[in-house]
Amino acid sequence: MVEMVNRPYAGAFEKYAVQHPEVLCLSADLTSSCEIDGFRDRHPGQFLSMGMAEQNMLSFAGGLGLAGFRPFIHTFGVFLYRRPYDQLMASIAYPRRKVRLMGFLPGVTTPGGMTHQAIEDISIMRTIPNMTVLEAGDATEVEGIVEAADSIDGPVYCRVLRGSVPRLFDSPLKVGELRVLSEGTDVLVITAGITTEEAIRARGALEKAGVSVRHLHLNTLKPFDAATILAHAAEVRHGIVTLENHLVAGGIGSMTAEALAEAGMAKRLIRLGLQDTYAHGGSRPYLMKYYGMDALALVRAIEELTGQQTGIGEEALEAVRVDAVHSAVKAEAL
Amino acid sequence: MENQKTTEEVARGIRRRVFEHSMRNNGGYLSQACSAAEQLAFLYNEALNLGQPTLPEVPRPFGGVPSADNPDYVTGAGYNGPFEPHYDRLFIAPAHYALVAYATLIEVGRMAPEGLEMFNKDGSSVEMIGAEHSPGMEVHNGTLGIGLSTGAGLAWGRKRKGEPGEVCVFMSDGEVQEGQTWEAVQAAAHHGIDNLWAIMDVNRQQCDGAMDSVMEVGDIATKLRDFGAVVVEIDGHDLDAMRQAKAEPHEGRPLIILANTSPTQGMSFLQRRFPRLHYVRFKSEEERAEMNREIAAELGIAPIDYGH
Repeated sequence: MVEMVNRPYAGAFEKYAVQHPEVLCLSADLTSSCEIDGFRDRHPGQFLSMGMAEQNMLSFAGGLGLAGFRPFIHTFGVFLYRRPYDQLMASIAYPRRKVRLMGFLPGVTTPGGMTHQAIEDISIMRTIPNMTVLEAGDATEVEGIVEAADSIDGPVYCRVLRGSVPRLFDSPLKVGELRVLSEGTDVLVITAGITTEEAIRARGALEKAGVSVRHLHLNTLKPFDAATILAHAAEVRHGIVTLENHLVAGGIGSMTAEALAEAGMAKRLIRLGLQDTYAHGGSRPYLMKYYGMDALALVRAIEELTGQQTGIGEEALEAVRVDAVHSAVKAEAL
Repeated sequence: MENQKTTEEVARGIRRRVFEHSMRNNGGYLSQACSAAEQLAFLYNEALNLGQPTLPEVPRPFGGVPSADNPDYVTGAGYNGPFEPHYDRLFIAPAHYALVAYATLIEVGRMAPEGLEMFNKDGSSVEMIGAEHSPGMEVHNGTLGIGLSTGAGLAWGRKRKGEPGEVCVFMSDGEVQEGQTWEAVQAAAHHGIDNLWAIMDVNRQQCDGAMDSVMEVGDIATKLRDFGAVVVEIDGHDLDAMRQAKAEPHEGRPLIILANTSPTQGMSFLQRRFPRLHYVRFKSEEERAEMNREIAAELGIAPIDYGH
């Protein structure tokens, strides 16, 4: 059974930050919610409480960047760009400040409803010049995202998972290196963040049903590795399904569509995720099912692409264990 | 840098240059020169400890925006000297005061007069709304209200590093309508950022006209004090008062000097235009000629030859 890791960010951030005094920890009244309460208590000199005032926090962080510091801003992803978008542009992105925007609770990972759900953050962030966008898909990537983010020469936005997070990978997140999780030839599945776990579940059932899936996991959304994705797309017979914890507009589905169109590659593409709709408050499994972002939705999309029924139902998917992917194709090998 | 002129002379020079520029270019930010000339002259000529400029007297053309592919990019802060720990840093928060700021750079010998000829010309770095790469600018402040926050962040960082240099923000009163200004003041007070000070041009004017008609802001001094700043109110055209205000102790808190000013100071002819003073354009050639005669006389210079 897959290992669950409790609060992987908390330990990883503390371990990294104490070794790098120019790293500062900023919080906007969501300190324990972003797992940095322990860091605040143990390292108060490296922690800045900015209050519920995101506009000031972002410009202030720009000033800290001018002074040679590398602030890590911790809050829910949605609060990093909706209200303070102007400050994000003028004080952080334009001048390429080394500000690390740690966005917790991406997409439907919060029951907080519309105001708390960052469902268009990728589309916003990836269109901002100078911005890098990372997303963690498991505990190993959450642990690695701290150092990976701090290696970026400029601003970076990270979708971070909190709480109890499964460990799917045994090698750290490397900026710009997607993971090839299976090398099938029927359909290409592209996922990131929490949807990777869904796709792994679906794959287990699909393989038993004789469908050969090529599965890519992305952790670097910008820069988007179009060339590698196109190379994999060329290797599958029926087409591509993207599955993302985000609106299909502007996110991974859009980026894949752009890559295919620019290369003139005629492949069918099904984009799963939020379809031009807000979500509402609820549990993650409920929301993923309700909005067609789960393993079953992926199976149905693949059936549409291949034109073949698999006979896979909910029971079959529930029975599939999510094994750690130690045995799958190693990213390092490709 | 050694002062070549008195601060009074610099202030007079600022008004003259902005006036001359506006006459020749059929309009400009005249009222901002009227209200802020003493403040900017005070900052550059005596209040701030700035090193020698690191950028050429005649500004280079636009050299591209910051990007990983533009390694030679520099901001315009080099006109304020190098980033040494003991030197002060300045932010011009209302970036539309750029014309006044450029005139100040010329008056204090940090930029060549030719620099003003490049104002608002395509391909020039001497932009109408001061950009990060414009002379004397260090960040983009064209979106009002972000300047004090940036200054507070830089000041916190400099204090943490033990740098003796201060951070100064030149502000405009309209910015108090932005919520971010209040977030910045409370954060600076909460974190004891006392190497930060600001001087605010309280001319009671904004783009649409007199501030009271656009959005009443009440008693700015009381509000700033309530948010944790040390506040001194002065006549913004009285340099001695300005010097005294700068000397006000403000341990553990930011200092904000409210410089009460007239948007027509030194160019009283502009009172005819009240309350639409944000950007003065001439309504007719007759008005342009009359303004040229009258304001030049008040400034003690010959009328500007603008080619008519």
